[in-house]
Amino acid sequence: MSALYDIIVGLMLLVGALFALAGAVGVLRFPDVFMRSHAASKAGTLGSGLMLLALAAYAHELDVVTRAVAGVIFFLLTAPVSAHLLARAAYMAGYRPSAITRIDALEDVVRPGKRASGGAGGNPASGKPAKAKTAKGKGTPKTR
Amino acid sequence: MSGMESFASLFLVVCTRAALIILTISFLLIVVRIVRGPTLPDRVVALDMLVAVGIGFIAAIGVLTDYYLYIDIALTLGLVGFLATVAFARFVYNRGTAGDKSILKEVGESIARRKAGQ
Repeated sequence: MSALYDIIVGLMLLVGALFALAGAVGVLRFPDVFMRSHAASKAGTLGSGLMLLALAAYAHELDVVTRAVAGVIFFLLTAPVSAHLLARAAYMAGYRPSAITRIDALEDVVRPGKRASGGAGGNPASGKPAKAKTAKGKGTPKTR
Repeated sequence: MSGMESFASLFLVVCTRAALIILTISFLLIVVRIVRGPTLPDRVVALDMLVAVGIGFIAAIGVLTDYYLYIDIALTLGLVGFLATVAFARFVYNRGTAGDKSILKEVGESIARRKAGQ
């Protein structure tokens, strides 16, 4: 019975570490903030949560199990909140997604009438009025 | 039976060491992103991921050494990481809408990257 526990705990640790590695590779290789936040929040939370659950399965003490499970629940609650908050703040501050994101549907809501994502203007000088627009057009999403 | 038990304990030790090595590699990859990250939100995302990897380290070391004291530190680290991310998000939002110079520079670079098609 103890042997079975040991094997399960070892597999959970290994799979959790592999998920953390996948999240780290995603953070390193994805091209913009939003995709990186996607990789970090999902794979990172699953990896650390799985490793904490492995610790809970390994320790046959009630207080350790309770704290580990409470930690996992806490991470599952807070990771989407922080990821969404950071991505929304970055978008509202004006950071654009990379060109791989073809359709930026939020841009019409946040910056109406700007339409920079169509790829019509290729000159770098048209980045200047975009900045002025972002600084000015902030009142409407804030009041909603 | 005894052979099975000894195999299981050896398997656990090998798995824990391998998990520590993998976590070290991912730690280094995230540090590369923090150093290189072109914008401030990139660095904040990588910092959030760094906290998750640190929690994984604490769990693996707890299994390896039978020493469960650090799990309280893991809980506190998660709380502090969440609060730090919220504070950084509010910082980015406020500075970005107030027209901070460095953030506007990074925003201009991201617009240029999107226009250049990369």
